[in-house]
Amino acid sequence: MLRFLLRRSVSTVLVLLVLSAVVFTLFYATPGDPAILACGKGCDGDRLAVVRHKLGTDLPLWDQYWHFLRGLVAGRDYDAGADTTHCAAPCFGYSFQYDQPVLGMITARLPVDVSLTLGAMVIWMVVGVGTGLLSALRRGGATERLLTGLTLAGMSTPVFLIGLLLMMAFCSWLGWLPFPQYTPIADDPARWAANLVLPWLSLALISAAAYARMTRSSMLETLAEDHIRTGRAYGLPERRIVAGHALRGALTPVITLLAIDVGGMLGGATLTETVFGFDGLGRLLVNAVNHIDLPVVVGVTLFAAFFIVIANAVADVLYAVADPRVALA
Amino acid sequence: MSETATVLDTATAAGAAEPRRRGRVWQRLRRNRAAMAALAVVALLVLFALAAPLLSALEGQDPTTFHSDLVDSATGGVPTGSFGGVSADHWLGVEPGNGRDVFARLAHGARVSLGVAVGATLVQVALGTLVGLAAGLGNRLADTVLSRAMDLVIAFPELVFAIALMAIVPEGFPRPVLLMLVIGVLGWGAPARVVRAQVLSLRGLDYVAAARLGGSGRWRVARREILPGLAAPVITFALLRLPVNVASEAGLSFLGVGVRPPSSSWGQMLSTATTWYETDPTYVLLPAGLLFVTVLAFTVLGDGLRTALDPRAASRLRAGTRRGNAAPRRAASAARPGAGVPAAAADAATPPRTED
Repeated sequence: MLRFLLRRSVSTVLVLLVLSAVVFTLFYATPGDPAILACGKGCDGDRLAVVRHKLGTDLPLWDQYWHFLRGLVAGRDYDAGADTTHCAAPCFGYSFQYDQPVLGMITARLPVDVSLTLGAMVIWMVVGVGTGLLSALRRGGATERLLTGLTLAGMSTPVFLIGLLLMMAFCSWLGWLPFPQYTPIADDPARWAANLVLPWLSLALISAAAYARMTRSSMLETLAEDHIRTGRAYGLPERRIVAGHALRGALTPVITLLAIDVGGMLGGATLTETVFGFDGLGRLLVNAVNHIDLPVVVGVTLFAAFFIVIANAVADVLYAVADPRVALA
Repeated sequence: MSETATVLDTATAAGAAEPRRRGRVWQRLRRNRAAMAALAVVALLVLFALAAPLLSALEGQDPTTFHSDLVDSATGGVPTGSFGGVSADHWLGVEPGNGRDVFARLAHGARVSLGVAVGATLVQVALGTLVGLAAGLGNRLADTVLSRAMDLVIAFPELVFAIALMAIVPEGFPRPVLLMLVIGVLGWGAPARVVRAQVLSLRGLDYVAAARLGGSGRWRVARREILPGLAAPVITFALLRLPVNVASEAGLSFLGVGVRPPSSSWGQMLSTATTWYETDPTYVLLPAGLLFVTVLAFTVLGDGLRTALDPRAASRLRAGTRRGNAAPRRAASAARPGAGVPAAAADAATPPRTED
C-alpha cells in the first residue's frame, strides 16, 4: 500500500509538471503579444519594451516557464525599474489588467464554486444513488422503465437549459424564490441557501442522472458476482446480501467518480454560474478570455487542472483502499 | 469464455466479413421502438438543417435582416403580438431586440449546431482511432506513453480548456470551424481508449494470429484484420458522442465564446434569450426544446445501436460496468485482452456531463 501511495504521488507530481508546461506553452507561445494587450491601445516602442521586460516576455520561452515555476514556489517580482510589482508565493501570475495577483482573484471566487459544488453533491448523491439502487433492485418492472427513461432525459438536458427553465418557473412565473444572487454564507446562511437552491438543483439533476445510471449498472454487475451467489446459496436474506455485501462493491466506482466530478466542478461550474449570474471561477475565466487577460487564463486553467489531477489521485487511492487488488496491479 | 464470444460478436458485427450480421443488427434495431422513433427525429432534424436556406426562402425571410418595426421599442424590444410575434410572415416570431426572424435563425442555427457536432465527432474519432491503433499495435514504450497521454487528455477539464483555447485564436478565424477543432482536439482521449482496448483484444484472436502466420506484415494485419473489427465500437462511440458535442457547442456559444451574431446556433440564441425569458418565453423555449430533443434523440439512437450490436452484454447491464468511467487507471486495466471490451467501450462512450 505504501509503495502504491508513493508511486501514485510521484506520478501525480509528474502529471502536474507536464500539464503546467503544456498550458504555459500553449498560451505564451501563440502569435499574440501579451505585452501589447497588457499595455493597452496606443502603446508604442519604448513603453512597450518596458512592459515586455516587466512581464518577462522578452525572455526565451523556457526561461519564462522557469520564472513561472519559481514564482509558484518562491514568489516573484515583476521588475521594471522603479515600478516593481511583487507577487507573493505561490504566484500563479499577475493580472496587469486588474492589477492584482491571479491567485487572489481565484481565491476570492472559490467560495462560490465550493458552495455550488458541495450543495449540489449532496442532492445528486441522494437522488442519483437512490434512483440507481432502486432501479437495480426492481429490475424488469415498470418502476425500472420509468426511472431509466427519466435518467436518459436527465442526462440529455444541458445544465444551462435546466437552470433557465427552473428560473423561469420558480422565480418568474410562480414567484416562490428570489432571483438567485450569491450571498456569502458568513453574511446570512438562510439567504445563502435560498439563493443557491436553484443552482444546486440544476447542477445536481444531470449528475444525478449519470450517477443513477452508473449505480444501477454497477449494482447489477456486483449482484451477478460469485460471492453474492454464494451468499444466496447459504440462504442469507436478500436485504442482508444487498446491504452487507453488494453495496460496498457497487458503490466503490461511484465514490471514485464522485471525487473526480467534485474536483472538476471546484475548478469552475462555468455554465451554472453564467445562467445564474454568479461570479465564480468559471465567469472569471470567460471574462479573462473575452479580454484576453492571459495570466488569468493560464492561472485559472492550471488551477482547474490541478483540482482534477489531485481528484484523480484521491480517486485512485480511495479505490485502492476499497479494493486492495488495485494497489497490487 | 462468454466474454470472448461477446468480443467476437461486436468485432465482426459491422465488419465487412459478414454482411449477414449487419442485416441482423438492423433487424434488432428495427424492433426497438424507441430507437426507431429517435431515428425518425434525427432524420427530420438533419433535413431541417440541410434545407435551411430553402425553408427560410419558403417563409420569405432570412436569418440576418433586422425588423425594428416588429418589436416594441417602448419595452426595450419585446416583439409585438402574441407568442413572440408569431405571424403569417414570421412563423415562429421574431427575435426580441432587433427583430430577426426566429424560424430562419433556428433553421440556420441547426446547420451550425449539427455541423459543428458532426465535424467535432469526426475529428475525435479520427484522432482517437489513430492514437488507439498506435498504442494497441506499437511496442511497450509507445503504449505506455500514449496511454498516459490518453489519461491526461481525459482528465483535462474540457470546458475550461475549450474556453481558454478560444482566447488565443485570432478574431478572423471562422468560429464554427474553430469550435469544431477545439471540441474535436480536446476529446480524442476516450475514443483512443476504446480503440486501444479493442485492438488489444482483437490482436489475441486466432484469425489475426493466422494472418500473421500466413506471412502478412504488420501494416497489412492492421489494415485488413484489425481495422474492420474496430468499426462497430467506433460507430457506437461516435453516435453516443455526437449529442455530447451538440451540448458542448451549445454551452460554449451560450457562454459567448462560441458562435457569435449575426451567425446563429441554438446555444447562441439561448445566450441572448437569458435576458428575455420573462417577457418573451417563446424565444427561450424554442431553441431549448430543439436542443433537448436533438440530444435525447441521438442518445436514444446510440443506446439502441449499442444494444443491437451486442444484445447479450446489453441485457446483462444495458449500460456500462463498474470499471471504466470511474478513473483512467481502471479503464486502462479493463482494456486488457479478454476483459470485456464491449463493456469498456460502452462505458467510455457513456455521455459525460457537460458541466463542469
